[in-house]
Amino acid sequence: MDRIPIIKVGDFLLVSIQVDMHDRLVMSLQDDLTTQVVKARAKGVLIDISSLDVVDSFIGRMLGNMASMTRVLGAEAVVVGMRPAVATTIVELGLSLTNVRTALDVDKGMAVLRALVNPAGDEGGHGSGQN
Amino acid sequence: MGPGRTETFPLRTDEDVLRVRQTVRIWMVEQRTFSLVEQTKMVTATSELGRNVVVHGGGGTARLELLSEGGRLGIRVTFQDQGPGIASIEQASRDGFTTGDGLGLGLGGSKRLVDDFEIASEVGKGTRVTITKWK
Amino acid sequence: MTTSRQSRIAEILTRHEKPILEEWLREQLDALTARQDLISESDLRIQSAEFLGLFTSACRAGSLTDITTVEWKPVQDFLAGVSRSRALQGFSPSETATVVFSLKQPLFARLRKELGADAAALADEMWTATVLLDKLGLYTTEVFQKAREEVIKRQQLEMLELSTPVVKLWDGVLAVPLIGTLDSVRTQVVMDNLLQSIVETGSTIAIVDITGVPTVDTLVAQHLLKTVSAARLMGAQCIISGIRPQIAQTIVQLGVEFGDVVTKASLADALAHAFRLIGCTVTRQAPRA
Repeated sequence: MDRIPIIKVGDFLLVSIQVDMHDRLVMSLQDDLTTQVVKARAKGVLIDISSLDVVDSFIGRMLGNMASMTRVLGAEAVVVGMRPAVATTIVELGLSLTNVRTALDVDKGMAVLRALVNPAGDEGGHGSGQN
Repeated sequence: MGPGRTETFPLRTDEDVLRVRQTVRIWMVEQRTFSLVEQTKMVTATSELGRNVVVHGGGGTARLELLSEGGRLGIRVTFQDQGPGIASIEQASRDGFTTGDGLGLGLGGSKRLVDDFEIASEVGKGTRVTITKWK
Repeated sequence: MTTSRQSRIAEILTRHEKPILEEWLREQLDALTARQDLISESDLRIQSAEFLGLFTSACRAGSLTDITTVEWKPVQDFLAGVSRSRALQGFSPSETATVVFSLKQPLFARLRKELGADAAALADEMWTATVLLDKLGLYTTEVFQKAREEVIKRQQLEMLELSTPVVKLWDGVLAVPLIGTLDSVRTQVVMDNLLQSIVETGSTIAIVDITGVPTVDTLVAQHLLKTVSAARLMGAQCIISGIRPQIAQTIVQLGVEFGDVVTKASLADALAHAFRLIGCTVTRQAPRA
C-alpha cells in the first residue's frame, strides 16, 4: 500500500499530501507521523494540504488529531494551504478545527513554526492561529 | 453526457468511497455549471455518506444520476445499504450524534452541504439516503 | 376545432406573399410609430419577410393546430430570437406580440377575398388562422418574459458582487466593507470573494467592517463567524470592525457570541491592530518648520 512521504527539513518534518486519501491511508499517515516525530526528534511538523480538494469530517478530524499528538510529543504542528472551497465546505459541515494552527502556504507555515519553536529569536513570523 | 445518465457503484471498501466521490467530481466538472464550492460541498457530502455505508451499513451501493427538472440541472446520489438501519433519524441527524468514533457530523453535516436530503431507514433492513445538488 | 376540409391558408399565403408582406409591414409600422428609434424600417422589412417565409413553409408542411411539431421549429426559433432581442432593446411585451398579431389583418383580408362566397369555409379558416397566430403571439410573450428574467437574474448577481468588494489596505492586510443586510446568499459571495483574495494576495489578516450593516442579530453573527472560521482555516486572521454603539448594545442584549474573534469599534482601530500583528509601526513625523 502506498504511503504519504514524510520529509525531514532541519528540525522540522514536512508532510505534503499530494493524493486524494482514503481512510486507511490517513490512519497510516497518523502512525507514521507520530513515529517520525519521536525518531527524528522533530521540533515542528508542517502538513501541506494545498493539493487536497476534499477534506471531509474524517480527514479533518485526523488532521486535528495529528496536530494534537504532535503537541503531546513536545513539538508544534501547522496545517498549511487549505483551499478556499475546502475551507468553506468544512465550516458548513460544522467542523471548526480550533485546535489546529494554520498558515497560508509552506513559507508562512515555516515562519510560524520558527516563531513557536524559538520565541526569543529574531524571526518576525506572524502567521495566524492562536497566539 | 447530460441529464438521464446514471451509474451504480459498489460501496464495500475505502477505495470504493474514493472512486464514488471522484466520479461525482468528474460529472459535476463536466457539466460546467457547478461552481468549485458547489462541487466541493457535494463531493464532501458523498464522502461522508459513502463512509457511513461502508462503516455502519456493512457495505452497499451508490447510484449517481444527472437530472433535468423544470429547467434546473441536478446531480443526485442515492446511498443504499442493507445494514442495521437507524432507529431514530431525527436523533441521528443531530450534530454530535455518533455511533462510532466519529464526530457525528456525517448526517447532519451532509444535509447542510446539499440542496435536497432524503433519508429512509428501517431497523434490521437497511438505510437509503438521497442527496441532490441543483443548479 | 379542426376541419375535414384541406386548409387553403398555406396556398393563399404562398400565392399572395408579396402583398400580404406589404400590408403587414404597414400594420406594424402604424403600431410602432412611437418606436422608430428602436428599429429601422429596413430592419423590420427584412425581419418580416423572413418570418413570413418561414411561416408559409411551416403552414405548408406542418399542422395548423399544433406549433410544437418539428415543422414549426424554425418559426419558433426565429420568434424566440426576435423576442429576445426586443426584450433587450426595451420593447414592451405587447409591442413584441403585436408583430405576430398584426399579421391577422392582411391575412384575414386575403381569406375573405378568396373564400368570400363560401361562408362556412371562411369561418373555419379564420378560426384556424386566429388560433394559430394567437399561439405564436403568446409564444413571443413567453420568450420575452424569460429573456427579461435572465436579465434580472444577471443584474442581481452583478449587484451582489458590486456590493462586496475586497480591498487591499496594506501588504498582507485585506478589508471587506460590508454594506446592507447579510443573508446566507450574501455571506456565500462575501466568503468566496474574501477567501479567493486571501489566496491571491497572500494576506494573513482580513478586516471585516460592518459599519454599513444595519442590524446584527444572532443569524448575521453566525454568518460573520462562518466567514471568520473559513479564513482562519486557510491561515488568515479576521478582525471585525465598525461596531457602532447601538450594535454593541444589541449584540450583548441578544447574547450574540463572537468567540475569540477580535472586534474593534472602527476600521482605523482594526488597521492599527493589524499593524501590530504584522509588526509595523506608524510614526508621526515632526512637523516641518
